[in-house]
Amino acid sequence: MGERTIPIRPAPSQTFEYLSTRKDELVGWARKFSLFPYPFVTACCAMEFMAVSSTPYDTDRFGAALPRFSPRQSDLLMVVGTVTHKQAPILLKVYEQMCEPKWVMAFGACATSGGFYQNYAAVAGIDRIIPVDIYVPGCPPRPETVIDGIMRLQDRIARSRHPIVTKDF
Amino acid sequence: MAAVTNLVQQGFASVASDTYLSHGMLVLVLPREALAATVATLKAEHGFDMLLDVTAVDWPEDALRFEVVWHLFSTRDLVRIRLKTRVAAQDPVVPSLCPLYGSADFLERECHDMYGIVFEGNPDLRPILLYEGFEGHPLRKDYPKQREQPLVPYRAGELER
Amino acid sequence: MDMRIRNPIQPAFETPEREDAMIVSIGPSHPATHGTIQIMAELDGERVIRTDVHCGYLHRGFEKECEDHTWHTLIPYVDRLNYCSGLINDFAYCDAVERLMGVEITRRCTVLRTLLAEYSRLADHMTCIAAALMELGAMTAFLYMVMIRDYVYEHLAAVTGARVTYSFGRIGGLANDLPEGWLARLEEILTQYEDFVGRVHGLMDRNRIFIDRMRDVGVLTTAEAINYGFTGPVLRSTGAPRDLRKDAPYLAYPELDFEIPVGIKGDNYDRYYVRMREMDESVHMIRQCVEMLEPGPLNVDDRRCTLPPKDLVYGEIESLINHFKLVMEGPQVPPGEIYNAHEGANGELGFYIVSVGGGRPYKLHVRSPSFVHMGGVHRMLNGYQLADIIPTFGSVNMIGGECDR
Repeated sequence: MGERTIPIRPAPSQTFEYLSTRKDELVGWARKFSLFPYPFVTACCAMEFMAVSSTPYDTDRFGAALPRFSPRQSDLLMVVGTVTHKQAPILLKVYEQMCEPKWVMAFGACATSGGFYQNYAAVAGIDRIIPVDIYVPGCPPRPETVIDGIMRLQDRIARSRHPIVTKDF
Repeated sequence: MAAVTNLVQQGFASVASDTYLSHGMLVLVLPREALAATVATLKAEHGFDMLLDVTAVDWPEDALRFEVVWHLFSTRDLVRIRLKTRVAAQDPVVPSLCPLYGSADFLERECHDMYGIVFEGNPDLRPILLYEGFEGHPLRKDYPKQREQPLVPYRAGELER
Repeated sequence: MDMRIRNPIQPAFETPEREDAMIVSIGPSHPATHGTIQIMAELDGERVIRTDVHCGYLHRGFEKECEDHTWHTLIPYVDRLNYCSGLINDFAYCDAVERLMGVEITRRCTVLRTLLAEYSRLADHMTCIAAALMELGAMTAFLYMVMIRDYVYEHLAAVTGARVTYSFGRIGGLANDLPEGWLARLEEILTQYEDFVGRVHGLMDRNRIFIDRMRDVGVLTTAEAINYGFTGPVLRSTGAPRDLRKDAPYLAYPELDFEIPVGIKGDNYDRYYVRMREMDESVHMIRQCVEMLEPGPLNVDDRRCTLPPKDLVYGEIESLINHFKLVMEGPQVPPGEIYNAHEGANGELGFYIVSVGGGRPYKLHVRSPSFVHMGGVHRMLNGYQLADIIPTFGSVNMIGGECDR
């Protein structure tokens, strides 16, 4: 995960470790079920993004339905579609404007690896520019695949540490 | 439709270096100097009121390397026509159709981006599909397909190919 | 200031004309501009004085990429041009190559391609209207349309294998024939479509707010539209009955009975209504195609482009070699050039193909309606309010894949 890994330091005591684990579970549960995606939509995957947000697939059941079109108000950056070299500065700008905690989903083959556009124009995977938490394959991915990706991301959020008061707690 | 095609073919037979039919469409191969006047006449007298497309073909082995291709359409007679001209790589300048057609603006910008054809008279030849700082013209045959020119430096630890 | 982030464009104007005017960049990561268009707008309060439209943020190098692929293996790239109606792109491309090769498709293929093209057009118009209405705030209409569109996607997945990008056309025919029960399900979907589109009509057509936001907004005259190269529903909304399916018929359109809906004013409301009526006409055409469909061979029996049947490939050496050459080298297309246009959902979708013989194109250029429309959209934006940019842009139906290629 590169520069976004939270370093694990030895805990001062077992009580501290127990409390911080329980706190992490609670905060993780709250964060995973209230994802506000920023749909950074560019290409064909947009069709499946629209489909997964509506009936019958519905990301609202997972708490990830309400898109926030401002990076300041969102925490899940869904990069939907091909990112070209022209679009790359925009993507980086949007990513850096988002506040922690934030997660990135590479939605589709083009965001994951450039897809089958191996030429001068497309970035061969957005992880060359920003760190990615979950890769959803497909060209475009079926809505079920997207939901699977969201659920795996939610598991990851649930399992990770959430220091909210200090650097460690 | 055949009547208009014949009329145009006869009308420009003296100016064009070649005229032929390509799968039902009349093609006029013109010298560069005759282009502006021909298009103006086609628009004013023969009713070709829509510029459909501007593109170029790169023939690197030929002396006149670039073949610039225009497609015009007449909404009155429902006829299409193709105009072609050849320019050399050292002097890839053709007259712009911006004064005649509004759609020429973006179409010529794209052709300039991709091939480097300079459209004299187009007030705005900024990159449209490519970006500021991109060097070269990708659709030329000597531009390697996979030469990327990233605007954003890749993250540390990523392999650069 | 982060020096790593460089500006990819050079705006046409950086200082406002008037002292109290402000320049705002709308996009490119903006829901209303479909994520790939940047509009630098100079605003005097809420009024738009002038705009500078930038596209190219989704330029994926389609033409260069296609020069490296065989005539068949580039079909997935063609699909992703106007990805809302992928089948129309497929068939337009295959038709162009077939004309260049002198291949005539079978009767069943002609009717089936027409049916599927109209079905795809239905999905595209539904997407356009759903997105445009959602951007105005009409969430219910969006959900109705997207539900029917989802049925269409699943139904197309039953025949092509994919929901959005089908890669279904082949030079000389189609990838495979219809499965059992497909036509019965088609009729079910069309009936449900009629129900749901009736509800959308009820919600929108006489809605005071909708009319106030769409009538007399984004007006385009016919002369302006032709000058800027507009075709398709945008041109028809200005009153000009230009449609390639009637003007230069191809596939099975000469035999179908359908009308060309035209608008009266060339404003947003007309574009919305023209698309709604075109969807109804598409449904009418689909039903006629179902009547016309007869059993028969799907792919033309021409060894230059169609793969031989598998039992022959395994049985005799000529078919094996033929299969090998078609897959490895691609169908051999004679030298020549062609410009072939079909009526895409947005207008004239033209393919200009140059072949020097061999299995790969020398040049494959797409005349994309969305790109040309972006050159003229400033005529519909200047002079109106900032909030009018959203519905006007939505009504033009700019598809990034087609615009930037």
